[in-house]
Amino acid sequence: MTDVRLKSYEFRREREASWRELEDLLARAESGGIQSLTPRELFQLPNLYRATVSSLSVARSITLDRNVLLYLEGLAARAYFFVYGARGSLLVGIRRFFGRQFPQAVREARYHILAATFVLFAGIAVGCLLTLSNADWFYTFVGTGLAGGRTPTSTTESLRDVLYDDGGGLLESLYLFATFLFTHNAQIGMLAFALGFALGVPVVLLIFYNGLGIGAFVALYSSRGLTVEFVAWLSIHGTTELLAVLLCGGAGLWLGSAFAFPGRYSRIDNLARQGRKAGVIAIGAVVMLFLAGLLEGFGRQLIHDASLRYLIGSVALAFWLAYFTLSGRESGRGRGE
Amino acid sequence: MAAANEARDPAKAPRQGLARDVITPEGVPLRFELASRSERATALIIDLMILFAAIIVLVLLAALGVGFGGASGWGVAFALLAFFALRNFYFTFFELRWHGMTPGKRLLQMRVIDRYGGRLRPESVFARNLMREVELFLPLSLVASAGSIGTGNWSILFALVWASLFTLMPLFNKDIMRAGDIVGGTWVIKAPRSRLLPDMVQAAVAGSEAADPEAPGYAFTREQLEIYGIYELQTLETVLRQEGPTAHETQVEVCERIRRKIGWQGEEELQPRRFLEAFYAALRAHLENRMLFGERRESKHDRKK
Repeated sequence: MTDVRLKSYEFRREREASWRELEDLLARAESGGIQSLTPRELFQLPNLYRATVSSLSVARSITLDRNVLLYLEGLAARAYFFVYGARGSLLVGIRRFFGRQFPQAVREARYHILAATFVLFAGIAVGCLLTLSNADWFYTFVGTGLAGGRTPTSTTESLRDVLYDDGGGLLESLYLFATFLFTHNAQIGMLAFALGFALGVPVVLLIFYNGLGIGAFVALYSSRGLTVEFVAWLSIHGTTELLAVLLCGGAGLWLGSAFAFPGRYSRIDNLARQGRKAGVIAIGAVVMLFLAGLLEGFGRQLIHDASLRYLIGSVALAFWLAYFTLSGRESGRGRGE
Repeated sequence: MAAANEARDPAKAPRQGLARDVITPEGVPLRFELASRSERATALIIDLMILFAAIIVLVLLAALGVGFGGASGWGVAFALLAFFALRNFYFTFFELRWHGMTPGKRLLQMRVIDRYGGRLRPESVFARNLMREVELFLPLSLVASAGSIGTGNWSILFALVWASLFTLMPLFNKDIMRAGDIVGGTWVIKAPRSRLLPDMVQAAVAGSEAADPEAPGYAFTREQLEIYGIYELQTLETVLRQEGPTAHETQVEVCERIRRKIGWQGEEELQPRRFLEAFYAALRAHLENRMLFGERRESKHDRKK
């Protein structure tokens, strides 16, 4: 019996030390973070990983020891997660996101975003025309909560006051207002993206409905000769906010069309390919909505001059358009991301 | 080997239909086992409990802030923002920081991986967690609103059925993907840690020599070794590695079955453990040898070519 020397055991005996070493490094790196490894060990890790992966493929063809096979599978998988895991500092990730991924994804989804824009403006036009022809439509398009006391029965004076309201004179509550606006809008934006999964139909409805509301307000204010002031009130934050909403809607439509028209990929693969990029747009739009919330909460309440409001709104719009068309070009297409 | 079959540790062997291969950049396929639906649900419930606990703490803190007067506006604004961040980015945060694990997944030894074998990219994590909005929070809010609004219950019911189509998606595909996994291109797998145990054959040799150097070895003929295949060998390994009160009983029974199956002619008074170890060593040597010649016999039902 003593001379039982299996080839598979010899194999194991020769390599076991390096497996153990890798296991030890991984255990330390997983519990204490990558900082707990010395530079030498860090350098060693990918080599040990490759050695283990090659051990695994050899082991599969020569050993029948199930414990060794399972151990190697598990060890190789753990090392694989570590070696190919997402790393790098948060800062680098954020720079990559806003420097390349976000604008690139937006450019790639430009037709969907244009479609969403078209739907929004169609909604605004329909809402505006219907409300002009019959003021009762206003109540259908605008929920009572959203109207905030602004209805066709309000006096022109009170309607004007709302445009220059500074939050009831309480400067203190502005950040609360801004926070509320941001969380509310961002939630809707993310919902618009996620609804794209249902072939994009609910996204179109959501955007169109929002457009109806805006159109109804435009009609209400223009019937009192306040169009210029109202658009100024809307544009200071609206250029950023509506653009972000359109990005979310466009991302949702992209998701829906990826599902409906998979092209030469399978539906599942195509959803995964484009879904990730659409997700990038939605996350970027949430950041835009945060900025819009600040503009709306502070800027709109503190700045009462119509032309200044226009200026800020158009500067913001110009900035976003420049950002989306110019940014992240240099290392663009070739990356295959 | 029915008894031995029961002794198989289900947590260690990939369950039927749940094994998936991912090709590493080195070209070696790594085999993963998908997390089952119940494990996914359990992890989600744990995460939601943590999430709700955090939100409750937050609300209490905000209430405390309001109670003390002071910076009440700031307190509410902070609570609003924190609630938003928790609700939307709890999963994203942990999956980014912990390489595809959330606290719930970590407890159950599960993790998110890229379905195509690459590294798990942040955009996958974003996309898969944004979808929770329709999968989880939309139905939840519909349920909540069904309780509070008297009229329009039918439309809410309709919306609920529609929304649960997304929620129940993992039940209807073999990869157990929820909508977020499909969009993010991810799988959720089990990633248990396995220990490297001593080699069975060497341990047996060392053990028996220490106990009784004079004990005779068992010898098997080629015909006897050709009855079983790899599946039976590895089941036997599991039986031999088993510990606990029923281990000895199982081994006696397995020993008896093997003896009958191979028509053991040698001595009648066997030590079951030693017999099984010897048989394991001989069988493994035989099968590994055959494998080197390119002949893999998967189980006893595998016909000899």
